[in-house]
Amino acid sequence: MFDDSNIIVGLEIGTSKVCAVVGEVNADGALNIIGLGQARSRGVRKGEVVDTAQAEEDVRNAIVEAEQMADVEIRNVYLGVTGGHIRGFNNRGVHPVISADREISEDDVRDVVTNAKVVNLPADSTHVHTIRQHFFVDGHERVTNPVGMLGSRLEVDMHVVHGHRNRIQNSIRLVKGLQLEVDEIVFNGLASSLALLNAEQKEMGALVIDIGAGTTDYVVYADGVVKHTGVIAVGGDHISNDLGHGLKVALSRAEKLKVEYGSAIVDETRKGQTISINNEIGLTLKTVNVEHLQRIMSLRVEEIFQLIAQDLEQTNLFDYLRAGVILCGGGARIPRIAELAQPILQMPVCLGQTNSISGIKSALDQPEFITAIGLVKFGSLKQRKRDGKSSLAAGIKNTLTSFLRRS
Amino acid sequence: MNDNSSANETAQTRSIKIIGVGGAGVTLADAMNCEEFSGAQFAAIDTDAQSLAASTATVKIHLETKLLRGLGTGGDPERGRAIAEEQFPAIKSACENSSVVFIVAGLGGGAGSGISSVVARAAKETGALVLAFVTQPFACEGNRRAEQAQQSLEQLKSVADGVICLPSQKTFKLIDENTSVLDTFRITGGLLIEGVRGIWQLLTRPSLIQIHFEDLCALIRDQHSESAFAFVEASGPARSREIVEKILKHPLLDEGRALGEANAILVSMTGSKDLTMAEVNRVMEQISRHCERPQIIMGAAIDAAMKNKLSVTLIAAKNSVAKTEAAANSPEEMALRETAPRYGVRQNPSSSSLEQREHLVARHGRSRRDKSKLLQTQLPLAIVSKGRFDKSEPTIYKGEDLDIPTYVRRGVPLN
Repeated sequence: MFDDSNIIVGLEIGTSKVCAVVGEVNADGALNIIGLGQARSRGVRKGEVVDTAQAEEDVRNAIVEAEQMADVEIRNVYLGVTGGHIRGFNNRGVHPVISADREISEDDVRDVVTNAKVVNLPADSTHVHTIRQHFFVDGHERVTNPVGMLGSRLEVDMHVVHGHRNRIQNSIRLVKGLQLEVDEIVFNGLASSLALLNAEQKEMGALVIDIGAGTTDYVVYADGVVKHTGVIAVGGDHISNDLGHGLKVALSRAEKLKVEYGSAIVDETRKGQTISINNEIGLTLKTVNVEHLQRIMSLRVEEIFQLIAQDLEQTNLFDYLRAGVILCGGGARIPRIAELAQPILQMPVCLGQTNSISGIKSALDQPEFITAIGLVKFGSLKQRKRDGKSSLAAGIKNTLTSFLRRS
Repeated sequence: MNDNSSANETAQTRSIKIIGVGGAGVTLADAMNCEEFSGAQFAAIDTDAQSLAASTATVKIHLETKLLRGLGTGGDPERGRAIAEEQFPAIKSACENSSVVFIVAGLGGGAGSGISSVVARAAKETGALVLAFVTQPFACEGNRRAEQAQQSLEQLKSVADGVICLPSQKTFKLIDENTSVLDTFRITGGLLIEGVRGIWQLLTRPSLIQIHFEDLCALIRDQHSESAFAFVEASGPARSREIVEKILKHPLLDEGRALGEANAILVSMTGSKDLTMAEVNRVMEQISRHCERPQIIMGAAIDAAMKNKLSVTLIAAKNSVAKTEAAANSPEEMALRETAPRYGVRQNPSSSSLEQREHLVARHGRSRRDKSKLLQTQLPLAIVSKGRFDKSEPTIYKGEDLDIPTYVRRGVPLN
């Protein structure tokens, strides 16, 4: 069988679908996607589990499918989390260097990092991520590794992503109930950005917007580090709901109309056209105005981008985003969405594509699977770090044995 | 711990009196009656003879009339207050000849809630500075006790120079599933004693950067507020860092959030002779970083007995919009008894059983007066169906309910 350490599984319990992606790290450290399982999700609203029993069944189906496709047994997963309760903010840790020669030691670095992690979270919140940004030595920016430098004041910026403890625990417990171990929880937006952005884009500054069914997650990278994260609990479900409300059709019908006739911008050429909804024997039940449909949809999508733009304006991050905006998630499939987003965000907008990952073509091309693929990528990065450490230990051991042999 | 002679001298010239009021107060005062607080005079005031008999206090005042039939106040603070007023001169004479009076009481029951404000007034009339340390009952003890405690707290605030209040509910963060009731009360008491110890050290130890008692009183008095306090200790080379971490995790400060909300903060540090300025600086820098409104009063003291320990007492006063219902007090009479001084800590089983009995009484009382809760409901003004999201948590962003279709909120017509 496979060596377990090479297999990494990302599990996203989304609002519209549960998706499990199996990745394999080959000898060179490259990631290959070998399996994909998905199931329609019925127990999730706005990115959060509301019906445990249903969600459990869906997760089980997705996992089984992924296991069959990849021909592996899944034991551990990297679990994606999202929801309107998740927030991100930056925190700075300060630490005076007190050694006599003012040289910054590794202890100082550890101190300043723990210092920055001590933040006043609301009582019922828990950390999802604490991501190191940059060090400052005596106020000088952009120090990546301050050990050995001289200075009297060491500072570090941290990006802290936190969320409601119980709500995050809900999905973790659900997964554990299926006899699966959760390696780590990962914020969905962060996973998507990992799958989409290359080092250059991160350095130049990019905004990744993942429009899912339940939530819209976004992450801002600038200067190579995560600068901002956010969640708006509005997504594709809201569009369907708006359509159902406005066109007075059932939700399932609205969903279908959205996929078939939807557009982010009202199509001038289709003005005045109607769609007739027929029943099974061909009688027309209702006619729907295409312009209305697209108008309702356009307003909702526009609003999502406006909310993100407002948030970025508050954090003064617009000027950092030179690589533009990258869209993913099911929402990225909406025709002409990039065209709509461009004037609102005042930046080039494009649809995202996974890079530096090989494997099943059908999985890599779909914008819906990017988050789950990103979870696998997150796992591979974590594992590489761990392997790096263990190989260092092994290296020391080797040197020692060789030394002993020689003597 | 502190047997340093100069400290004792200052304590004596200042003559501090610690008065335990009510069952909980007497127990707490007894627990304080040890070497560390030598130099203080202890007094116990209660309506229950048993709890007083077991007390080690120098001065004991037994409040008793025929009205009570030896059964205590029965959880009714009005009775406690009435009998304390009756014997007001006795209480007053017990408070005489002291410059600072600490009142220790557990609010919520009959004795603690009723008597402590009378004692505070009596002490005030003798010209002493009065500082009250009180606990508020657990939420599970019922509405009645919570109301009584709240009323009594307001009364205390109006008479005492300063009130430091410890809501017992906060100790829930310190205990786990298996902590017994007795242990929980002990922890609550322990926290209160730590607070008293912090102030005590502030007043008695020779300090480098002095905090005057007036500063302290001004801090906690003018705010008409709940003052949160914390006492933390750490030792070893990384003690300053440890101190900051402990403060930021302290349950009584809501994991450091109380610092952000506080209007004024008093920090008193006590360390051994090797306390460095860098350490003082580091602690203060971190604390002030977490405060939004930086009115910080700081003091530092040296105590040889601290070895390599560093202790920090922190009082954070925050302005609450609590209404001050100062009740009118009418002076009456009280009795006083003195016994020989005894030293040493002793746990007092009879008084803790009294405490429990008080709880039972209070619970009975509550069920009688239980009122149906009035809930303010929301009127469905704009009836827009949220369809799929009807039952999920609404997504409110800047006052807008994003679950309602955008075109409805923006009023875009569909013809």
